[in-house]
Amino acid sequence: MIKLENISFDYCIKCTVCTIYCPVARATHLFPGPKQSGPDTERLRIKNPELVDESLKYCSNCKRCEIACPSNVKIADLIQDAKWRYLKKKFRFRDYFMSHTDLVGSIATKVSALINFFMSLSIVRFFMEMFLRIPMRRVFPKYNSRTFQSWFRGIKKSQSSFSKKAVYFHGCYVNYNNSSLGKDMVRVLNAMGIGIEVPDEKCCGVPLIANGYLKKARKNAAFNISSLQTILSDDTTIISTSSSCSFALKYEYAHLLGMDNTKIFNRVEYITKYLYNRFQEGMAPKMKPVNLRAAYHAPCHLERMGGVIYTIDLLKKIPGLDLVILHSECCGIAGTYGFKKEYYDISQKIGQELFRSIERAEAEIVITDCETCKMQIEMNTPYEVIHPVSLLAKALDQ
Amino acid sequence: MKSIETKAIVIGGGATGCGTLRDLTLRGIEAALVEQNDISSGTTGRNHGLLHSGARYAVKDLESARECIAENKILKKIARHCIEDTGGLFVTLPDDDPEYHNRLIEHCKYAGIECEELKLEEAFRIEPHLNPYILSALRVPDGTIDPFRLCSANILDSMERGGKVFTHTRVDAIIAEGGTAKGVRCIDEVSSEPFEIRGEIIINASGVWGQRVLSTAGINLTMLPSKGSMVIIDYRINNVVVNRCRVPSDGDIIVPGDTVSIIGTTSRTIDYSDIEKLTVDDDEIDVLISDGEKLIPNVAKARVLRAYCGVRPLVAVSGNVDGREISRGIVLIDHESRDGIKGLITIAGGKLMTYRLMAQWTTDLAVKKLGLSKKCSTFHTPLPGSEQKVKKPQIRQFTGMPNSIIGSTLYRHGNRVSSILSRQNRNFSLVCECEMVTVGEVEYALKKLNVKNIIDLRRRTRIGMGPCQGELCSYRAAGLFNELGAASPIEASQLLIDFLEERWKGIKPILWGDALREMEFTYWIYQGLFGLGDIAERSEDE
Repeated sequence: MIKLENISFDYCIKCTVCTIYCPVARATHLFPGPKQSGPDTERLRIKNPELVDESLKYCSNCKRCEIACPSNVKIADLIQDAKWRYLKKKFRFRDYFMSHTDLVGSIATKVSALINFFMSLSIVRFFMEMFLRIPMRRVFPKYNSRTFQSWFRGIKKSQSSFSKKAVYFHGCYVNYNNSSLGKDMVRVLNAMGIGIEVPDEKCCGVPLIANGYLKKARKNAAFNISSLQTILSDDTTIISTSSSCSFALKYEYAHLLGMDNTKIFNRVEYITKYLYNRFQEGMAPKMKPVNLRAAYHAPCHLERMGGVIYTIDLLKKIPGLDLVILHSECCGIAGTYGFKKEYYDISQKIGQELFRSIERAEAEIVITDCETCKMQIEMNTPYEVIHPVSLLAKALDQ
Repeated sequence: MKSIETKAIVIGGGATGCGTLRDLTLRGIEAALVEQNDISSGTTGRNHGLLHSGARYAVKDLESARECIAENKILKKIARHCIEDTGGLFVTLPDDDPEYHNRLIEHCKYAGIECEELKLEEAFRIEPHLNPYILSALRVPDGTIDPFRLCSANILDSMERGGKVFTHTRVDAIIAEGGTAKGVRCIDEVSSEPFEIRGEIIINASGVWGQRVLSTAGINLTMLPSKGSMVIIDYRINNVVVNRCRVPSDGDIIVPGDTVSIIGTTSRTIDYSDIEKLTVDDDEIDVLISDGEKLIPNVAKARVLRAYCGVRPLVAVSGNVDGREISRGIVLIDHESRDGIKGLITIAGGKLMTYRLMAQWTTDLAVKKLGLSKKCSTFHTPLPGSEQKVKKPQIRQFTGMPNSIIGSTLYRHGNRVSSILSRQNRNFSLVCECEMVTVGEVEYALKKLNVKNIIDLRRRTRIGMGPCQGELCSYRAAGLFNELGAASPIEASQLLIDFLEERWKGIKPILWGDALREMEFTYWIYQGLFGLGDIAERSEDE
């Protein structure tokens, strides 16, 4: 069977730099690396789909291979696509539950106290490991008792007084698990004289793609594209505080899901790029020194988007911040990947280098843009991990 | 001088020679084969690998068409692992004569070739990337055949039945004493050692090289060499064989062969003295690519991997005309009646498709001359590897190995896969990452398949035939030659140089785009990192 939607495998000159950069290949011999899983075997899969290798499932879709590739091969896209196109798919309740973040989140927030309590019981976690293959040692994020959306409805009126606006795609994590980041974000933008509008949104689709629910991911993508392109005027920027959500809206929709996102493509921006540009325009809020030594970890997906430089430059504008920029390493969690028993050890092994460099940085706090990186680092190091926007909110002189 | 005794001697290790050797040994006749280079290294290995249904000949040459379809059906049974039954299409493009379509249907009926008219939707379902403007489409039982594997399987079978094979051995002269051919004088090209093989019957199956071979016995047979060039596309851009529905001409067929697609073919008459130094001309490449694009527009976007050419072995029966005008029919010559030399037969003409039939006729004649009466059985005795159909899931032995490796090895060696890959020895680490050639496969080829150098190894395994054209596998292969005791370190370096030079030959004509970047990188590895050019110079000095 031949499908030639992504023929970038043809550009590969076999330099193998992707495999050198692949954190998974470094951690386990079970994954032969991006070169072999992507461009090399794609030719074989075109010849005969039966030649697909099971080892594709070890790809965590961190996209570091694509950053490394000098030939512009969409390696991770090729692997993701092949994984769901050719490998037999087994239904796993765990994967369903982990990928349908909207459904699970909306229920969990209603009974958050109960859920958070149960998830802290080792007996519950023991059975979860036994029956669901969710590793006991993995720390789960807590659920909020109130969603960000419901909080925002309460303050929505106050936003109408601002003449300048931005659309905020908050994502599931802010909505169900960490609404304080959303609140920080509203505070920061408001302090800069920018009002917030929150669209109707569904999960961006990143966990759905990672777990093979491509149909559902496409449905969500279609919903988000139409919801985002109709909200406010054409030139309002759509911002996101999640590096992976913004990556999905901008790139995964078109490359992996084959959706037409041209209408929103230019409008979607990851928050630090948006803030950096506003700061350059002289809209920076008044800030007081934070007097903090912090280590910054760049998430893989933000690197792939070329967004890290904006976060770093933005952080440098915060007075009193002693910033240590950590050497670029994958933390290993890769979304739902590290929550699965079969990948847990790999995920932990990948992160070791990063955890060690965090120790060496002798910082008081760790900064990163990604929610799952935060989970991984908080679980493996004694440090609190916060989002750049939350740090900015701390620095606000109010 | 060393002398070897046998009953029958076959000169030439192309498909016909290999097939004849197998037929002889299958009939229990002691035989030896001499090949100046490697088996399937001449014309046999230099075509587009089409398993003809006969439809390409149906309109012009009904006899050839009938032979093709008959052999097509036999080969699908006896050579399963050398063949892929893809099916084929004949599509009419807007600038083609629409009348040819009907003529083809009619002539296919005469020849007994199943030819089905397809609705256009059906044609696009089978081949989604066809030119969207085609006017009509026909389906015929075309397929693909791998000539390297075919010859190798024939040789393997012969050797297992006691046949002797001398590759890289040039026939210096046919020994004719008193009007009878008694044997051949040869030179081992590797050790430069002369020796002779004596037998009762000598079969010249050396194709276009036959003119020279026969001249050593004082026989004059004129060959009309006609060059055909092809280009290889990096990956399979089509599922099935796509032919252009018109009188066969340049650039009108795209064959999906193994992991690649091949655009064929041109036809140019060349001078006999040029047969050893063939090159693909630029305008041939232009024609092939631009006409290939007309069939499948994606050709324009894909990387061209290499270009190569072969010589058609056409025997002069009439005046010197265009290559395609001469009958490609089988020519079997008994030199006893033609030239008065006993014990010498020449088999020429024909095509890869009819190699088995040619071998059968030749062996029939040889058997008659030897005064024996043994019947041919090649039409129902499967080649080694094709004994039965193997499905991958049936192979328990390979649990835990990647499908891509098991599948590729199975595709190349059929049933013999079970003696190649081994879980205990963990011999499935990769040598060639593009074509999934493992250490086990290299070892098997070195031990069982008459491999003398890396170029031979390529023909048995596809090593170095992928997009990187030997960039990552050649040095590993050279290392294995040394490790497995087939070459000393210095010899292995020389094998490496020879192999890269051979790869370079086919890349040079298409050096642009990604192929150019690939070569720059390869150059950087072999010259910049390994300093291979210095080794080449040093060995020249010595």
